[in-house]
Amino acid sequence: MIPLPFYLTLAAALFCIGLYGALARRNAIAILMGIELMLNAVNINLIAFWRYVKPAAPTMDLAGQIFALFVITLAAAEAAIGIALIIAIYRSRDTVNVEEVDLMKW
Amino acid sequence: MFNLAFLIPIFPLLAFVLIVFFLNRNNRVSALTAVAGILLSGVFAYGVLFEAIGKGAELAKHPFFQTLPFVWTLPTGKSFFFVGWMIDPLAAVTLFMVTTVCLMIFIYSIGYMQHSHTDEHGHHHVTDDPRYARFFAYISLFACGMLGLVISSNLFELFIFWELMGLCSYLLIGFWSVRRPNEHHIDDAQTVRAKLAAIKAFLTTRVGDTIFFIGLIFLYIQAKDLNFDAIFNEKTLHLLATTEAIPGVPWVTVIALLILGGTIGKSAQFPLHVWLPDAMEGPTPVSALIHAATMVAAGVYLIARTYPLYITAAEAGGPAMTAVAIVGAFTALFAATIGVAQDDIKRVLAYSTISQLGFMVAALGIGAYVAGAFHLITHAFFKALLFLSAGSVIHGVGTNDMMNMGGLRKKMPITTTVFIIGALALAGIPPLAGFWSKDEILAHAFELGFGAHPDQVASAVFVMLAIAAFFTAFYMTRQIFLTFFGEARDHHAVEHAHESPKVMWMPLAVLAFFACVLGFANATPFGINFFGYFVGEYVLGIKEHLEHTPFNPMVAGISVGIAVAGIALGWLIYGWHPVKHGQRDPLSRVPILWSVFRNKYWMDELYGIVIVQKEGAAGKTGKADSVRVQPGLLLYFVGWLSEISFAFDKWVVDGLVNLAGALGRVFSAISGWIDKTFVDGAVNFVGMITNEIGDGMKYIQTGRVQNYLLLAITGATIFAFVFFLIR
Repeated sequence: MIPLPFYLTLAAALFCIGLYGALARRNAIAILMGIELMLNAVNINLIAFWRYVKPAAPTMDLAGQIFALFVITLAAAEAAIGIALIIAIYRSRDTVNVEEVDLMKW
Repeated sequence: MFNLAFLIPIFPLLAFVLIVFFLNRNNRVSALTAVAGILLSGVFAYGVLFEAIGKGAELAKHPFFQTLPFVWTLPTGKSFFFVGWMIDPLAAVTLFMVTTVCLMIFIYSIGYMQHSHTDEHGHHHVTDDPRYARFFAYISLFACGMLGLVISSNLFELFIFWELMGLCSYLLIGFWSVRRPNEHHIDDAQTVRAKLAAIKAFLTTRVGDTIFFIGLIFLYIQAKDLNFDAIFNEKTLHLLATTEAIPGVPWVTVIALLILGGTIGKSAQFPLHVWLPDAMEGPTPVSALIHAATMVAAGVYLIARTYPLYITAAEAGGPAMTAVAIVGAFTALFAATIGVAQDDIKRVLAYSTISQLGFMVAALGIGAYVAGAFHLITHAFFKALLFLSAGSVIHGVGTNDMMNMGGLRKKMPITTTVFIIGALALAGIPPLAGFWSKDEILAHAFELGFGAHPDQVASAVFVMLAIAAFFTAFYMTRQIFLTFFGEARDHHAVEHAHESPKVMWMPLAVLAFFACVLGFANATPFGINFFGYFVGEYVLGIKEHLEHTPFNPMVAGISVGIAVAGIALGWLIYGWHPVKHGQRDPLSRVPILWSVFRNKYWMDELYGIVIVQKEGAAGKTGKADSVRVQPGLLLYFVGWLSEISFAFDKWVVDGLVNLAGALGRVFSAISGWIDKTFVDGAVNFVGMITNEIGDGMKYIQTGRVQNYLLLAITGATIFAFVFFLIR
């Protein structure tokens, strides 16, 4: 069985890639994708901890899996709203570049 | 009947209100309303008198008191002022006198206030005075004042009516102070004189009234009440007699002297008598009403009403009674001598009135309460009679100057007859009314002055009054002979003279009747002492030590002798050789005395120098605008005083005030500067700092979501590190 740190390392790497994408990319779609990556990294964490922290009776306690399922659902909803927002911004400003969407500054 | 007595002053008041507000367009109805008002008062007054006589001395012992219900009271600080009325024998007989005389005067006025006038075509007109209705309104209000004063149950109420009469006398004396176009019976000079006389009367009596009011205030402070039943009981009088105002002088003396001040003003006693002769500028019924029968009687009535105070003051050893006696006797003599040398028919009577009021005051001053009150009643009748007869003469002749009359007895027989009756009554010829009352005063003074225990004051009073009685007889004789006998000195005036209409001579006849018979109410030699026992047994429920003066044949002889001597001298000078046209008054040959009497002891001039004088002869030239009022020495002094006070006020008081103001300005400037600099500075500094920080920090608001996210994550990471390190 692959030890837990492997999973955690993978999840951390994936989270960092996602964070970088969310912070550094100009394209709003790419930012959204970065956020998805971070969410999925968390999912890996959740499943890994579920499997390793309480190995005795995994079938009786499904909290980790259900948590992950909620996160997937949430991510889907978030993606839908996020893409809707991006479409609305594109329609009004003809761009998806977040550098140019800075109306709320001082 | 007593409990309805309050209606007596109400009826004339009602007549006044009706005339002023509703009836003033109609002269006849106005006059009838006034007469009806006083007639109703008279009915009630007679009812009161008869009931009072029925009760007799019992009423004197326990006077009838009644106050209006509580809702009519006025709260005065801690106590209440009760409006009420009081009936005692003195009030009852005075009511009888006032209503009777007023009724006669009112009826007489119906005729007197019409003026006959001949126009350029020789037509004869009789027209009403333009202020006919107003005249009746005024005299009704006046009657209300007098009647209310008589039945007042406390001194303050009395004072209110007292002042009401003062107002009415002002209005009536100045009644002819404005001349309307087409008015022929007065000229412009007369309007000026009337105006000045009204002001003079008002201001002069006001001096006395103020003194009187001060007395009332002291009395109220000391006795805590002004109701007659509250102040005139032994307890209060004892208190007043024993507490001292200034060391050695009890309050009762001070108060009695101050009340005497009111009498001196109202009853025209020396030295405040100067207004009364001038007040003759009013219509003659007014002279009879105000200056003979009623208002001036109010002053004497006041002393009689507050007599317990004077008795107490005399017992306490104060000079109050003596002052009353001296003032009265001096005035009696003083005014009688002036009356000798006057030419104006009404002015002679005016000085006679002052003199007779002096008799009454002197009588009260020597303790002859009954005699004083009796003279008050009888004098009112015959003096009203004399005034109205004189008015009848003036109405017929159109002048006041006796030097322009003469020989009127053929033209005016009725007037002549009643005038002679009145004059004989005044001179004191038995059995007319004046004899009995005057003789009683003289007898009382004689008894006290030359009796078992001679009293210097009383003997001096007797001598002065006896001389005054001589002059009285003399000037009345002079007046009769100058007016009615001899030959006409001014043919034009006397030619047009005519007997007055019935409405005028009928009241004269009634008054003449009373002047004849009234004296028998107290005809002591016949054993009739009705008035004395009725009025004088008790004074306001307090037993007085008033001996009823026994009839003294010697004094009666002296007094009749004096009167006859006066009449004889008058006949000798004016009757034997009647004064011819253009001839001077025979008395003017008496060198010094004539000018002294003629010029009234220069009292008016003295007042002119001291107080105020009129400049320009209003009486002679007749130009209204030629009269100036010139301040006298006293007023100059007051003027200087006020200028000094003004300077003091301007430089010292204002200076202090301005200094305080300037200091205030300086202080507030300093505190304003502190406020602006430091307090505002601190506040502004805080604002400025906030502003600057905001300016500096606003650049972190880039509007880029990624920046915010980066910051948030950085922050979260730092916190996470710190969190782990702390653990």
